[in-house]
Amino acid sequence: MVYDAAIIGAGVTGSAIARELSRYQAKICVIERGEDVCCGTSKANSAIIHAGFDAAPGSLKAALNVRGNAMMDALAAELDIPFRRNGSLVVCTKDQDRGDLERLAEKGKKNGVPGLAIIERDELTAMEPNISDDVTCALYAPTGGIVCPFHMTMAFAENAFTNGVAFFLNTRVDSVAAEGDGYRLETVHTDTGTPEAFTARVVINAAGVYADTFNNMVSSRKIHITARKGEYCLLDKTAGGHVSHTVFQLPSKMGKGVLVTPTIHGNLLVGPTAVDVGDREAVNTTQEGLDMLTATSALSVKNIPMRQVITSFAGLRAHEDSDDFIIGECEDAKGFINAAGIESPGLSSAPAIGEMVAKRAAELLGLEKKTNFTATRRGILNPATLSPADRNRLIREHPEYGTVICRCEMVTEGEIIDAIRRPLGARSLDGVKRRTRAGMGRCQAGFCTPRTMEILEREVPMSMFDITKGGVGGELITGVNKYPQKGRSHEKL
Amino acid sequence: MKNYELVIIGGGPAGLAAAVSARDHGVERILILERDKELGGILNQCIHNGFGLHTFQEELTGPEYADRFIRQVKDRGIEYKLHTMVMDISRMDGSGDKCVTAMNRTDGMFLLQAKAVILAMGCRERARGALNIPGYRPAGIYSAGTAQRLVNMEGFMPGREVVILGSGDIGLIMARRMTLEGAKVKVVAELMPYSGGLKRNIVQCLDDFDIPLKLSHTVIDIEGKKRVEAVTIAEVGPDRRPVPGTEERYTCDTLLLSCGLIPENELSQNAGVTLSPVTSGPVVNDAFETSVDGVFACGNVLHVHDLVDYVSEEAAGAGKNAALYIQNGPARDARTVEICPEGHVRYTVPRFIRPKQMEEKLTVRFRVGAVCQNCSVATYFDDELISRRKRPVMAPGEMEQVILSRAKLSGYPDLKKITIRIEENEERKAGMTE
Repeated sequence: MVYDAAIIGAGVTGSAIARELSRYQAKICVIERGEDVCCGTSKANSAIIHAGFDAAPGSLKAALNVRGNAMMDALAAELDIPFRRNGSLVVCTKDQDRGDLERLAEKGKKNGVPGLAIIERDELTAMEPNISDDVTCALYAPTGGIVCPFHMTMAFAENAFTNGVAFFLNTRVDSVAAEGDGYRLETVHTDTGTPEAFTARVVINAAGVYADTFNNMVSSRKIHITARKGEYCLLDKTAGGHVSHTVFQLPSKMGKGVLVTPTIHGNLLVGPTAVDVGDREAVNTTQEGLDMLTATSALSVKNIPMRQVITSFAGLRAHEDSDDFIIGECEDAKGFINAAGIESPGLSSAPAIGEMVAKRAAELLGLEKKTNFTATRRGILNPATLSPADRNRLIREHPEYGTVICRCEMVTEGEIIDAIRRPLGARSLDGVKRRTRAGMGRCQAGFCTPRTMEILEREVPMSMFDITKGGVGGELITGVNKYPQKGRSHEKL
Repeated sequence: MKNYELVIIGGGPAGLAAAVSARDHGVERILILERDKELGGILNQCIHNGFGLHTFQEELTGPEYADRFIRQVKDRGIEYKLHTMVMDISRMDGSGDKCVTAMNRTDGMFLLQAKAVILAMGCRERARGALNIPGYRPAGIYSAGTAQRLVNMEGFMPGREVVILGSGDIGLIMARRMTLEGAKVKVVAELMPYSGGLKRNIVQCLDDFDIPLKLSHTVIDIEGKKRVEAVTIAEVGPDRRPVPGTEERYTCDTLLLSCGLIPENELSQNAGVTLSPVTSGPVVNDAFETSVDGVFACGNVLHVHDLVDYVSEEAAGAGKNAALYIQNGPARDARTVEICPEGHVRYTVPRFIRPKQMEEKLTVRFRVGAVCQNCSVATYFDDELISRRKRPVMAPGEMEQVILSRAKLSGYPDLKKITIRIEENEERKAGMTE
């Protein structure tokens, strides 16, 4: 298949680039090995839109973070992404050097972060009553925010899809090689094993922890990415109000520390750890990691009700040796554009990375802007946001919005059907979960699993045997019992 | 807004028995709200037998037991709504009545006015996250109840080679069920040094099928990126932390969790009902009335039961007392007496009694926090020993009880508190000092 541009990876970076590039008249595709968009680093991170004080002045990380942060209000409105500027705090304890906090503030000012201020304990405890007793002062950044990383990625991807970008999921790129005035990508369908070849004049490498692999296939300027694991604990919504700002620890010799933050959906998130791992698929949690989170988070926030943990998870940061994002065309591989080494603040920078990479690709390809670009996208309707009258009108028209499937998060059948039917719709339990929050509550899908499976079975439609947690190999059902029920897909479709 | 005397939240065994009892005590306008597609609650997936020995003096399956009560509800013409989720309970302005907000696909979101409400929402299973088990998060990790629903109600098998963590009753029942359906259950690991389930279930579901039960063991790792491939279990020390060197790896495709049940009280909490930190259920008096006037609780939403017979019995009490409340108005006695659990007694239900209004014979139920051998259950009125009953063995997995008599209590008009305590028997004390 022939494309003007092929993007490798449908994480937040690849999806943001796809959306920006879809403003132009071009044939574009995104190739993703996962069964869904947002399956790698984008699905397991702090879900923070950083203010931008952390990265070194002059670095791409600093510039793109501050720019990306500033773009978020308009983007959230345009693409219906749950986003809120809750403000962030970097706290300094009595054993730490206040000078380090001041230097962080200076760095932030150089980066162009607005509104930074150092506040003293009195003011701080009024803002955050649960701040640890040892904290003396903090750097306050009002532009820091929280976002749903799933919805942000899906919003970019769905909008790109609506504007004509082709998405190939379950498709793993095995090789990239120069061919003619572009590149040839050999792929294999991870589900069926079917090989397929793509050619594209421009290749955009947004492959997360595997970005070095693709760069190194075409360029002699080798890069090297290390998967740096971050473990997290997510707490019940009853603990969601424990802090209202995102509370960071002052980076010290002991490391970057862990953050404590409310999530956009009202839970409390504690994490991450930072451990380099050899296996780029090692998203397992560890006892040491979980213990570390409990111990370290207490340095900044007291009395975190860790008994209210409802799940823990781990993500992998794509850390490049240079410690900065690598963005731009390879000097020795014309038409091959990297968006590599995208670790924190990658989520915050994604809108700006999308803009920057799309602009470069459009220049290379000599693209014209479309006249019929659709800039907006509607998210999945959450009926709880409607007035009672509007909600009842909705239920009269679409009765499935009156049936609650996930009782913990109060997700209705209507929302799940929307998640399945919309562009790039859900095809797995995790796909439904990330789009609707069904199964993301305190019972962790205990009650809604069989019911969500039934809806997938009916709506996709698909056999119960093919329904997975998160892609082929993760099937939920292994067989039938001795007395099969009537009316269900006990035979493979 | 439709008006009822009594709205019952939940159409499982507790809600059904409460409805029947309330009707038999004269309440006309009753509505049961059930979120599932049929009445009967979790009993519908409990297709094993052993239900009803106390209530009906026969061994029934879960659906059969439920059916007895569903018939009683239908025979009495009690109204119910299925597929209906209750979203909120609040107090009506200007009256003691309650406002219940609920939703379903035919009525949309609707409000109900009720003089009294009975909470009968049941419980949920403790999930993996709450257990903080490290490892991957692949397919093949199910709570025992989810697996039970898939196998017994949907007809699907969730796995072939199974490890079970936790020896709660559903886990034990599922060990047998999965085995009967052709799966291989390799081991049941239990964190505590004792089982959380009934003795009869250990014998009938594990011993009879040669399934090993490893006490003081837990899962310390889950392997498999897509589907479970293996789990590692290890022995735990007295601090319940894994002991290095005791790891054993089991290849399997499924991990079932049966690690405790948690009463589902989010609705109750929003309604302002005070919960017990021990049971996670409402604090109630002898009438099963919560801290909110006219709101009653029964069944597993109140405290987790082993036997449905006790649920039905308690629920009948809640239904009767709701009827009295509806007919006579609030009946909180100025004088209530607290029951204080001591020693290994973790909690009691009820927590408060009204010595004048209570039943002539009141059953106080409780659980112990550890296995107690050669002990007695002692009841004190203030400092006076009232009764002492020998129990050769008590375990956390089996509910215990004490009967209080109103006639007896009437002799103690100035009683401050009742204490229920586990005491070692004298012989044992003597034995221990040798």
